[in-house]
Amino acid sequence: MIEQTADVVVIGGGPAGLAAAISAKQHRANRVIVLDRNQWLGGILPQCIHDGFGVEELGVSMTGPEYAETYIEMAKSQGIMFLTETMVLRFNEALEIIAVNKKGILKLKAKVIILATGCREKTRWYSMIPGTRPSGIYTAGVTQALINLYNIMPGKKVVILGSGDVGLIMARRLKFEGAQVMGVVEFLPYASGLPRNVVQCLDDFDIPLYLNHTITYIAGKERLEKVTIQQVDHTMTPIPGTEKQIACDTLLLSLGLIPENELAKTIGVEIDDHTGGPLVNQRLETTIPGVFACGNCLQVYDTVDMLSFDAKKTGQYAAEYFIRKKAIGQNSKKGLIVHAGVGVRYVVPQRISTYGTIHFTLRVDKPRGATTLLLTAGKKEVLKKKLLGVNPVSMIRIDANISAEIFMAANELEVTLCDN
Amino acid sequence: MKNFQVAIIGGGVIGSALAWELSHYKINVVVFEMGSDVASGTSKANSGVIHSGINSPPSSLKARFCVEGNKMFQSLATELGFPLKWIGKYVIAKDEDEIKELERLKTIGHKNKVAGLEIHDGLIVKKKEPNISCIAGLWVPTAGVITPYECTIALAENATENNVRFLLETKVKYLKKKADYFVIGTNKGEFQADVVVNAAGLNCGEIVSMIETPDFQIFPCRGEYLVLDKTYGSLIQSMVYPIPNKELGVLGVHITPTIDGNILLGPSAEFIDDSYDTSTTKEMMKTLFQEAREIIPALPEDTAINAYAGIRCKLASQKTGGWADYRIEESKRNPGLIYLLGIESPGLTAAPAIAKEVTQMISRRMNLEKKTTIRIQAIRRSRFSEMSLDEQSTLIQRDNRWGRVVCRCEQVTEAEVIDALSNPLNAQAFSSVKYRCRAGMGRCQGGFCTQHIVRIMEQQFHKDVKELKLKSPNSHLFIGNVRREI
Repeated sequence: MIEQTADVVVIGGGPAGLAAAISAKQHRANRVIVLDRNQWLGGILPQCIHDGFGVEELGVSMTGPEYAETYIEMAKSQGIMFLTETMVLRFNEALEIIAVNKKGILKLKAKVIILATGCREKTRWYSMIPGTRPSGIYTAGVTQALINLYNIMPGKKVVILGSGDVGLIMARRLKFEGAQVMGVVEFLPYASGLPRNVVQCLDDFDIPLYLNHTITYIAGKERLEKVTIQQVDHTMTPIPGTEKQIACDTLLLSLGLIPENELAKTIGVEIDDHTGGPLVNQRLETTIPGVFACGNCLQVYDTVDMLSFDAKKTGQYAAEYFIRKKAIGQNSKKGLIVHAGVGVRYVVPQRISTYGTIHFTLRVDKPRGATTLLLTAGKKEVLKKKLLGVNPVSMIRIDANISAEIFMAANELEVTLCDN
Repeated sequence: MKNFQVAIIGGGVIGSALAWELSHYKINVVVFEMGSDVASGTSKANSGVIHSGINSPPSSLKARFCVEGNKMFQSLATELGFPLKWIGKYVIAKDEDEIKELERLKTIGHKNKVAGLEIHDGLIVKKKEPNISCIAGLWVPTAGVITPYECTIALAENATENNVRFLLETKVKYLKKKADYFVIGTNKGEFQADVVVNAAGLNCGEIVSMIETPDFQIFPCRGEYLVLDKTYGSLIQSMVYPIPNKELGVLGVHITPTIDGNILLGPSAEFIDDSYDTSTTKEMMKTLFQEAREIIPALPEDTAINAYAGIRCKLASQKTGGWADYRIEESKRNPGLIYLLGIESPGLTAAPAIAKEVTQMISRRMNLEKKTTIRIQAIRRSRFSEMSLDEQSTLIQRDNRWGRVVCRCEQVTEAEVIDALSNPLNAQAFSSVKYRCRAGMGRCQGGFCTQHIVRIMEQQFHKDVKELKLKSPNSHLFIGNVRREI
């Protein structure tokens, strides 16, 4: 058994883990170790060969591999240590981690742990699509890896279920490589990916988008042969008589992402049912002291730019946690619970343990026109912000000042939308 | 070698159990399996229950082989190293009429010499199974669960180690009787055998028609299942069955805890025309859920993580009540041709006993002499996730491929994937890996490990990506490379 100690151990070397590690180092953490189960760093960025990364954050448009490289070099130049092909098997509340790699079993004792475990894709069984179980059904991300990293072409005639960003990008990618893309099927009345991706990946290539549709049957004895698509009503129930069959040999599923927190759950980190990520306070610390979260395991982000921005905060808070533990009042008994009210699907953080300026990220429940976002403490209005239009695909970010007075008087905060 | 003494058609649990039994004797045996691996039909898609024998009429073959097989399973599991848990089962009654049914089943059980049967009142059942709603339950302690494909794979692989030839992706196309032997034509050429055993399951009729007019008909009866997330694994501890459905000749939708800690709901029973149609349907998913709620009223919604269907090979139609006994007999018109017909539930339990019986039948046609040494694969494939840290460390020092986790959900290492791919049957479909080491069976359903397993197949087994298959001869995974490598 190989034993090591560290100030900060980051689990996951994707963009969030890299950003958090760099930031922790910049905030005076000495020994920072990043663990990743893949052979490479950067998470899924190396397979995202399209551009658009870094625009909001760095003002330049880069491809995924370029963006990842920027961070990897920065991290290496700062002396951050990496252990790749290293899988965490378990950890505990005393912040001891057991991991494995080809050298053997590792035991790491950390002063603080940052979870940057990313997310996984929803599978066919998330929607329990009936039919047969042929080959030719892949999630969009797996297909992206197969094509872009491994030079493997899954099929010729493709239907895509779900209009998330990876699905839209893969529609274009498959078209580039000579596949016939029969259409993208989305059960919502609007695309769930970014509007720019609908234009650049579907419209520009005449790929049909079937809104208010879903796949109700999968057929094919050995390899996929066809799928049945069907229109759905406003309750998402398929409408009889609207069935249409599309012949295809490949079905790509872009049904959305699930924050990967299986490891966190094993030590009792509380999970928010709406984000799928850990419940955190304003310093992005989970319900287990010394365990912080960032990136897509905390909440699924729209862009890597915003993800990196928040992950740097996590890195900073994690470093400050053990450097000046007492000064931040981590152990204060008083705390506010933040609720997602009318029109809001979720808010992060879900807990506030001190007063001051708090950075909130949230998503709305459905697309709306002009609306007003309200942050209230009991009957007292803390913040009011007019928004021109909102959409669940775009995360909303606000900073609000929670005064000492409000913090002491209230028990709960609520974020609601009030249509104009 | 193309001449064999015994040819078995079908590598399901029946064919594999017989192959294993015969591997103890000094004879040449071949098994033809049309799928890419053993257990690729009904033997893969069932409840995995080792039945006690309370459901089949006394003096039926079903009762006899079920009770005999049940007694053989523990030593089989120990010898071959597949897991078996004697978790027991409850058949539950919802009203007074149903209690009479419990009495009836208990009587049948007694006649079949099933030990330990007891009728418990609702309160006792509740103590053991707090989530079950009933007024009484018949407790059957001798019922157990296995993972059916693990058992079949263990039988087949061990038989192979002892010189039985398993030919996968080999479909029998014709069968001819010569003076004192049979000619078996397949897509892999012609073979000869003195004795042919028809263990083709749902295709047993097709095989018979190659040589004589069948005096029976197969009525495929589909059973759909739902697999619940492991989070709900503690809802019940033992199997829970309703009173059997007499109209369809089946046991009804029951709830079964699996070896791996999931819960199965099912199977449904639906007579269909196409014996290959293992599709699942939205309607049946709903029905299964509703019927399961009759047993566990508090079963939460959206707990299913997977669905599949298997097909029963029935010799009786729905109109005639769906029940017929097994037919285990030698053809009168073509002596040396042995039929195993209609081996539906409790076929898995009955398999080792049927194998003994058929071995007896074969011994009447040829001299069966026991081998003096048998190679036994005494322990199950080692699983990294089940080892202590010290065991893990030791293995990694010896072979560092034990230190690379390929399937994150089930914590399967590269060494295990390579071992699975190096199996003695030479079964190399993706599902062959999955069924041997669990890679791809977890919650991400291969999202992480698919790419890594593909690389291992390409680099270490020198496979072209075009050849890679999901589970059957034509279930190709990829069409080729995106572009030629420079």
